[in-house]
Amino acid sequence: MQQPESNKPSVSRLELFLTFSRITLSSFGGALFWARLGLVERQRWLSEREFAELLTLGQLLPGPNVLNLTVLVGYRFAGWSGAAAAVSGYLIWPFLVVIGMGMAYQHYGALPQVRQALAGMSTVAAGLLLATVIKLAMVLPRRWRPWIFGAFAFAGIGLLRWPLLWVIGALAPCAVFMAWRARD
Amino acid sequence: MDRVDLGALFLHFLALWCVAVGGPSAILPDIHRYVVEVNHLLTNREFAEIYTLAQVAPGPNVMYVTLIGWHLAGWAGAAATTVPLLVPATTLTLLVGHLNERYPNAAIFRAVRSGLMPITIGLMFASATILMRTVNHDWRGYLISLLTAAVVLGRPWNPLWLLGAGALAGVLGFV
Repeated sequence: MQQPESNKPSVSRLELFLTFSRITLSSFGGALFWARLGLVERQRWLSEREFAELLTLGQLLPGPNVLNLTVLVGYRFAGWSGAAAAVSGYLIWPFLVVIGMGMAYQHYGALPQVRQALAGMSTVAAGLLLATVIKLAMVLPRRWRPWIFGAFAFAGIGLLRWPLLWVIGALAPCAVFMAWRARD
Repeated sequence: MDRVDLGALFLHFLALWCVAVGGPSAILPDIHRYVVEVNHLLTNREFAEIYTLAQVAPGPNVMYVTLIGWHLAGWAGAAATTVPLLVPATTLTLLVGHLNERYPNAAIFRAVRSGLMPITIGLMFASATILMRTVNHDWRGYLISLLTAAVVLGRPWNPLWLLGAGALAGVLGFV
């Protein structure tokens, strides 16, 4: 019925820069929620499905998934320079803010209360990451092969503490080849 | 603080981001290994606090790499750890994004999709457990981390409230 490709809105580089600035500056505790809100609900640049497709691709590529999504959205609407505009908006403000916080930390970080508060927040932040992983694992198919590869990756990095480059280098080609053979 | 070899730092981060399928959480263990365990540039505690500062700041959580660089060597350090984050991700994403829009159902995209997804999830699980071991010193810390995960999975609350509660628990000396 619908032809999402044909009603692709026209978006300027300035709009890309401003929209991704707004997304990134509201992103407390993870950028994904705010990216969907901004792109799908507020600006209506992407349908839910288009957003999910671009995010999946961004997740599979090396690098932060929402940064890759930013590149894909910028490129889709305004080519190379659109991608540059979107990425600038997305990264420039957090870069400055995080360094500002680093400066404040150097001045006040030694205060015992600040250290204690940060310790408590670190503990919560670890729990947030754990919850995110559990949510993601729900999408894995209920077959042995994906879970074996997931367990190997966890054991190599989390238990044996091998370097990431070795673990990925050994596992990734096997995993892609087996998925290719299985055609699933 | 030891003198920091910015060139080596830059190259190591660049190599990491080239294989960082799964994003910043997936390479967290290796950054920790490189910065804390191998080169002793930061202590465990400094690493955990820098990571948390970046989590609390608005923007992507990945900005902890910027803060590590800045902490080690000021603006030059921040550039040395932030630029590697950008270069492989943007170039490869542009290339694959371009191809993907042309051939959305190609077998290679499907094989990569289903093959790499579980590895990504395994790496992120490793990150979560290593982070928990890094920041928690006794059972109370683990209890708070696990409670947080349970609440996030069961309730649609804003995570900022949980971070605030964690800060309070820390100030009260519970952690």
